[in-house]
Amino acid sequence: MDILLQQVVSGLATGGIYASLALALVMIYQATDVVNFAQGEMAMFSTYLAWSLINAGVPYWGAFAATLVLAFIGGLLIERLVIRPVENAPVLAIVIVCIGLLTILNSVAGWIYSYIQKPFPSPFPDKPINIGQIVFGAHDLGAIGITLLVLVFLYVFFRYTTLGLAMRGAAQNPVSSRLCGVRVGWMLALGWGLAALVGAVAGMMVAPIVFLDPNMMGGILIYAFASATLGGFTSPGGAVVGGLLVGVIENLVGTYVRFIGTELKLTVALAIILIVLVVKPSGLFGRAVVRRV
Amino acid sequence: MAAILTAEDVRAQYGWTRVLHGVSFAVEEGGITTILGANGAGKTTTLRAVSGLVRTEGTIQFGGRRIEGRAPEELVRMGIAHVPEGRGTFVGLTVEENLRLGAYARRDRARGAEAFERVYEYFPILRERRRQMAGTLSGGEQQMLAIARGLMLRPRLLLLDEPSLGLAPLIVREIFRIVRAINRDEGVSVLLVEQNATIALELADHAYVLETGRVVLAGPPAILKQDDAVRRSYLGY
Repeated sequence: MDILLQQVVSGLATGGIYASLALALVMIYQATDVVNFAQGEMAMFSTYLAWSLINAGVPYWGAFAATLVLAFIGGLLIERLVIRPVENAPVLAIVIVCIGLLTILNSVAGWIYSYIQKPFPSPFPDKPINIGQIVFGAHDLGAIGITLLVLVFLYVFFRYTTLGLAMRGAAQNPVSSRLCGVRVGWMLALGWGLAALVGAVAGMMVAPIVFLDPNMMGGILIYAFASATLGGFTSPGGAVVGGLLVGVIENLVGTYVRFIGTELKLTVALAIILIVLVVKPSGLFGRAVVRRV
Repeated sequence: MAAILTAEDVRAQYGWTRVLHGVSFAVEEGGITTILGANGAGKTTTLRAVSGLVRTEGTIQFGGRRIEGRAPEELVRMGIAHVPEGRGTFVGLTVEENLRLGAYARRDRARGAEAFERVYEYFPILRERRRQMAGTLSGGEQQMLAIARGLMLRPRLLLLDEPSLGLAPLIVREIFRIVRAINRDEGVSVLLVEQNATIALELADHAYVLETGRVVLAGPPAILKQDDAVRRSYLGY
């Protein structure tokens, strides 16, 4: 029983990471209808920026805040310079552009920082926290806490601010938004900026666990896709719940199903994507999108 | 009275298809002008030309300034509210959020509460439904919401694209009554595009008839109603 609980807890911890990257995916999808395959590499690159700042002597939270700002600007620029020219192109073209972006960011990071793994600090204490028989890692708890904070921040931003409302309007009905005076192009760019920021948080929370290297987000991106699919690509809250669920399922299956073990864990994520798409394509919390053609 | 909007020899095209072949008209300050015409005559394109949604040739003046070629976002800030064909509802937002977006371009957003009160006075049903998703409203209510959204801007000119489309006659009457009240009480000039000529001619103080991208007839409604061609084609008697 204790083993079960312990596995659930560590599943929630990794799930928190999947959740924050899934959140970034869902945000861009909601705001612009683009599935951003480069999201993981954008997060990885942001984390390297944070690493550079910390190495230059900037205190952790200072580097954290500066990285969020840089990631936001980076996301904004990517939309303006790379995505905007193909805005009206077929979806496949945009997907290819995103994959190109993935490769470029990966190579540039490897070129600047090399492919050797680097340790990345955690802002939370090393000492695990014991509650009864169960051990919580302080970093794991902190990472989940920060993911939830980001979710609350996004909820408040989109629900209660005029800018957030304009972004939702621009995503839903661009023409009507223009007629209300909303500069739709900038709203899309802001969406990319915000998603890059959320991705940067995910990167900085995952790096202390998996170590920093240009390929660190590869597997995690697949888990994030599984999370977003499970929660529903149209629901930010669903992405977080999906992330936590995927983390737990992955851990439990890895522990209790002998032939899967740790080697086949990633397959679980792919199986989840497949099963959700067959059984309930809109995910747990998503709504089916109906289009008139 | 001076004209708030004048269009001269306006031409527009989609791809290679020319839709407007040199349209000229004027909207009097504080008046209601209507453009009648059948499907495909170019009515919607005319409005889209005024609000900057399509590229045009020719000149358009608003409040004495040339506005052709400007972006819709800018024209909204000059006081042109376009209530588009098909109502342009933000179906996934609440009624109140739709209205908040309507006031987005206003510089004095702080006075929003007052704007809401005014709009709810014209459309009491929207106050009742303000927390509801706009997509759950009936067609008539969505049309009211679309006009209300335009009104939130406190515009100088309101462009209405077929507000009667797909609605029951009683509701059409009600909406036109409110449009008249808005025009009278707020001093908003109105450019109304309609297929329902009977009711449009009742409301307007000046009318144009558009056929395949050209103005073929213009004048006060009383005169147009006497015209045999208008009677046969648009009034049905």
